[in-house]
Amino acid sequence: MSENLIVPTMAEMMAEGKQPEILFWVGSAGSYDDRAKKITRAFVKILNKANVNFAVLGTEESCTGDVAKRAGNEFLFQMQALMNIELLNAYEVKKIVTCDPHSFNCLKNEYPSLGGKYEVIHHTQFLQQLLKEGRIDFNKETYKGSRITFHDPCYLGRANQEYEAPREVLSQTNAEIVEMKRSKSTALCCGAGGGQMFKEPEKGDMDINVLRTQDALETKPSIIATGCPYCNTMMTDGVKFSEKESKVKVLDIAEIIANAQDL
Amino acid sequence: MSFLPNILFAIILFLGIGFFVKNVKKLIRNIKLGQDIDRTDNSSARWKNMAMIALGQSKMVKRPVAGFLHILVYVGFVIINIEVLEIIIDGLFGTHRVFSVLGGVYNFLIGSFEILALLVVVAVVTFWIRRNIIKIQRFWKPEMKGWPKNDANYILYFEVVLMSLFLLMNAADFHLQHVAGGFGHYHEAGSFPVSQIIAPIFDGMDNSAVFMIERAAWWLHICGILVFLNYLYYSKHLHILLAFPNTYFANLNPYGQFDNLESVTNEVKMMMDPNADPFAAPADPDAVPAKFGASDVQDLNWVQLLNAYTCTECGRCTSSCPANLTGKKLSPRKIMMDTRDRLEEVGKNIDANGGKFVDDGKSLLNDYITPEELWACTTCNACVEECPVNISPLSIIVEMRRYLVMEQSAAPMELNNMMTNIENNGAPWPYSQMDRLNWKNE
Ligand code: SF4
Ligand code: SF4
Repeated sequence: MSENLIVPTMAEMMAEGKQPEILFWVGSAGSYDDRAKKITRAFVKILNKANVNFAVLGTEESCTGDVAKRAGNEFLFQMQALMNIELLNAYEVKKIVTCDPHSFNCLKNEYPSLGGKYEVIHHTQFLQQLLKEGRIDFNKETYKGSRITFHDPCYLGRANQEYEAPREVLSQTNAEIVEMKRSKSTALCCGAGGGQMFKEPEKGDMDINVLRTQDALETKPSIIATGCPYCNTMMTDGVKFSEKESKVKVLDIAEIIANAQDL
Repeated sequence: MSFLPNILFAIILFLGIGFFVKNVKKLIRNIKLGQDIDRTDNSSARWKNMAMIALGQSKMVKRPVAGFLHILVYVGFVIINIEVLEIIIDGLFGTHRVFSVLGGVYNFLIGSFEILALLVVVAVVTFWIRRNIIKIQRFWKPEMKGWPKNDANYILYFEVVLMSLFLLMNAADFHLQHVAGGFGHYHEAGSFPVSQIIAPIFDGMDNSAVFMIERAAWWLHICGILVFLNYLYYSKHLHILLAFPNTYFANLNPYGQFDNLESVTNEVKMMMDPNADPFAAPADPDAVPAKFGASDVQDLNWVQLLNAYTCTECGRCTSSCPANLTGKKLSPRKIMMDTRDRLEEVGKNIDANGGKFVDDGKSLLNDYITPEELWACTTCNACVEECPVNISPLSIIVEMRRYLVMEQSAAPMELNNMMTNIENNGAPWPYSQMDRLNWKNE
């Protein structure tokens, strides 16, 4: 059932005296969360297909500390960061790609002043590059006739001003791309950020993910595209809450591409 | 005796400006109660921000109706200042419309002031209707009761009065300029596209009565402006001044980038260094141990305090906040209003105690802002993106969370569990680090 993925670790590469071009930072969600693991696998399939020279840290990877920082625990964050930086620097990592906008933001913006300076790319940006260079292609028939709406993750969009890469990738699918009334810089949060993923929301009239899913459902999509494992969970729950799961799928952009690759 | 009005004018002007300067000094003193933060880098980007956002109103127009009306009032305000300059010179030296030597240019200026004054009235009336009749939601949140609500309306009334006085003054002036055989020093000067329509109401009136009306309107107009100037300090309308420094000193980093506390870096490095001697005396035994995060206004940095004074209470932040939209208690606008209110309270305390703050048993945290509000934030930056004057309510929320977590260990239980997991397993979930690569074979 599970086809074999080629996933070299940094340690293995080092033992062979090799240095990968890119480190794939899997992130905690991508490593442990059942739904997010599928995104990780989809992305690796693409990397394998495009012959990207990459490696992961594997069991040496640890939490970036991002969620601790947003929750206010600067100690824990910096402990994680300094530990990770030591490891990354020991492996002489130059370039990092990740499927998680929170890790992306943290590694890109908050690690440098602690001594971790890397070129950090979000996987939608990387996919955009691979497509541009013609290193991947996919079956354009797969999405003919579907409607896709993209939910901007706060930490990719507003936090780092990346609105185009995911849209450019989606524009290649041959599907109809529809925008929600709140999109790009005015996109509504999925409700998971700032540590909310790990706690019950404060008292209110409804949950944020339900409201955000309403925004998405108003566009009558067949697929809600995401670029963040947490957004994916929140939107999936929102779709279930609206009892639309038979009609609307929530898929990461990596999955959308991988699914059409007949892999 | 004929100098009496000039002297009286000079005294009023002196008092009006003097009181304003006194308040500005207090304002600066209060802002400086904040922690230091360096915002002197990259001055070209900062000037550009100020030009685009404060002067060019680039973020205002994201909501086109309010944005357009606001630009009318704003341009009216800026342009009318040229008129005020003339009024001051006339008042001090007893001249009449000194700038009229500019001839055609002057006619053009006065003409455009009048048209703008009329447009300002139209805009202000629309604003009033939006607030009080259409009741646009963001103006009717719980934090907008009492003073904040009245403050907004007062200024609207004030503007109508000031503009009406201005037009009335011009109308009377126009009338007197055209009295057959001339009247006093009212020589012909200026062009009056709007007020000449009002002028006929003076037809048949005694010239000296019209003169009285002109003088009264003139005095009330300039006194009104001085009152307005001094009202600013007590009002959200302070933004007409502070929007400029506020956009200049605003954060230039990506919104997602939170600062790394240096005090923490030092401690963490010590903890992680196997060679560090845990019993070594700290370098400076008198050093006050750094407080982590913020529980009161003095713990915030001065830019955050400047933000609080600049907030226009427009509620754009709150109307885009996902927590607020779903009925949670958090309102980023309230965070800013609370910060300003507390800062004012601290300032008054300092004034009352001869220049030193005496503990009043209160703090920004709990007395103004509750942990429930703070924990509802998703750190999504929607508020920061929306704010027309580049305020970051989020930065204050994060500082206060830091205090709750690092000084008080008062995070919600689930977050504590999450953090313990990170500490023990290197992941927010309770899974072994050895299982990190399991996805590979599933
Ligand atoms: S960052 Fe926090 S306060 Fe600001 S809009 Fe988002 S949830 Fe609301
Ligand atoms: S913080 Fe900005 S957006 Fe929010 S009320 Fe104040 S001025 Fe308006």
